[in-house]
Amino acid sequence: MAGNYVTLTNETFDEEVGGSDLPLIVDFWAEWCGPCRMVAPVLEQIAAENATKIRLAKLNVDDAPAIAQRYNIMSIPTLMVFQDGVAKKRIVGAKGKGQLLEDFAEFL
Amino acid sequence: MSDRPVRTEIRDVIIIGSGPAGLTAAIYTARANLRPLVFEGALSSTGDQPGGQLMLTTEVENYPGFVDGIQGPDLMMAMRAQAARFGAEFVTDKIDRVDFSSRPGRVWVGEAEYRGRAVIVATGARAKMLGLENERRLIGHGVSTCATCDGFFFGDQTIAVVGGGDSALEEANFLTKFAEKVYVIHRRDSLRASKIMQERSFKNDKIEFVWDSVPVELHGDDRLAGATVKNVKTGALTHLDITGLFVAIGHHPNTSLFVGQLAMDDASYLLTHRGTHLNVEGVFAAGDVQDRTYRQAITAAGSGCMAAIDAERWLESQPHEADIVETPTDW
Repeated sequence: MAGNYVTLTNETFDEEVGGSDLPLIVDFWAEWCGPCRMVAPVLEQIAAENATKIRLAKLNVDDAPAIAQRYNIMSIPTLMVFQDGVAKKRIVGAKGKGQLLEDFAEFL
Repeated sequence: MSDRPVRTEIRDVIIIGSGPAGLTAAIYTARANLRPLVFEGALSSTGDQPGGQLMLTTEVENYPGFVDGIQGPDLMMAMRAQAARFGAEFVTDKIDRVDFSSRPGRVWVGEAEYRGRAVIVATGARAKMLGLENERRLIGHGVSTCATCDGFFFGDQTIAVVGGGDSALEEANFLTKFAEKVYVIHRRDSLRASKIMQERSFKNDKIEFVWDSVPVELHGDDRLAGATVKNVKTGALTHLDITGLFVAIGHHPNTSLFVGQLAMDDASYLLTHRGTHLNVEGVFAAGDVQDRTYRQAITAAGSGCMAAIDAERWLESQPHEADIVETPTDW
C-alpha cells in the first residue's frame, strides 16, 4: 500500500497543490507525533481505495515549518483537502477510517 | 435482515483496551493459546486511542530495559507487534456496549456482537479537561491535549501548562524546547510532582510558576489569545498573555461503559480483589482503569500480566463449552 502518496517539500508544495487534477488531501505530520503515525496507514488505504477520485500528499512539518505556519497549523495531524489549489476542508486530529470517509464524503 | 440465526463466535479471552496493560495481557494470553481478541479503540488524538496514553508521549525514560529511553509510540507499537506475533487479533474500534450479566460476557461494536469467556478490562484513563467555556472550541487552536503533538507549533511563544503533577511538569519542561516562556498554573502552593521533576522545573529559566491559581476564562475567536486566571486565596484576577494552553490536571478512568455492571470506587475506578478479579466472575481489570495510586506504564504492564494469569487460571477451572452459539431470531 506504500507509495501511493506524494511527499511534499517547500519547493514542490505550491506546484503539487495547485496542479492536482483531483482533490488533494495534505497530511501535515511529523515523526514524533504518535497519532500521525497511527492515521498514516488509514489515509494510505483511503487513497488506494479511491484512487480515481482523490490523491494523498504528505508534508513533514519538521521539514517545512513555514508552510505549516502559512496554514496556521497548530496541532497535528491536520488534514487539509485542496481543490484547484484552494483549501476546502480542514480536519484536526486523528480519526478512524469510517469517520474520515464521512469527512471526505463530498470529494469521493 | 436474513432469517438465519445470528452466529456469534465465542473467544476464550476478550481484552478491552490496548495500552501497556491490555497489550501485556494480550501477549500472555496469546502465548497461552487463548486466542485473545483485543478491542484496541478507534483512532483519535487523545489518550483514548490504540496504544493509549503513551501514544502522546515522547521519551519514556523509566521503562526498564531501555538504557537510553524509548519513544512512547515506539514502545506501544513494539508491544502490539509482540502480541500479534503470538496470535493476538485486533479490532480497531471502540466498544459501544457490554453485558456481563450472562456468561460468556457480551460486547458490541455497533450491531456486531462478540463474546468472551473471560474479559479483561484495560480501558485506562483519560486526561481531564478544565471544563471552561471555549475550551473545546479552541482545541487545535491553541488549547492542546497533546504537548508532544503540538509543542512544535509554539516556537518562541508564551504558553501555559495547567497542573502540578509529574505529567504537568514533564510537559512544561518538554515545551521549553520550543516556547519562549512556559507558565505553570497550579491551584496550590506546592507540587505533587516527584522531586526530580520539581528540581528540573525550578532550574529551568523558561518556567514560571503561577501558584494558588486556576484558569477561569479563555479568550480568542479563531485562536487562543490569552487566559484569565484567578488566585484562589485572594480572589484576584490576572490576565496571562498566552497563545497556547496545555492541560495536565489529572485523569479520569474510562469506566462509563461499565456503570451498573462493574463495581467502582467513588472516583469511578474499578474495584479489584484477589489480584485482578472484579465483582463479576470471569471479568478482570488491569492498568490505570483500576489504579488510582501508581499509574505507570510498568505497573499497567505488570497488572496486565496478572490479569492474563488470573484469566487463564479461571478459564481452566471452568467446564469448556462450544465455540459458536446460535441465537434464534424472529426476523
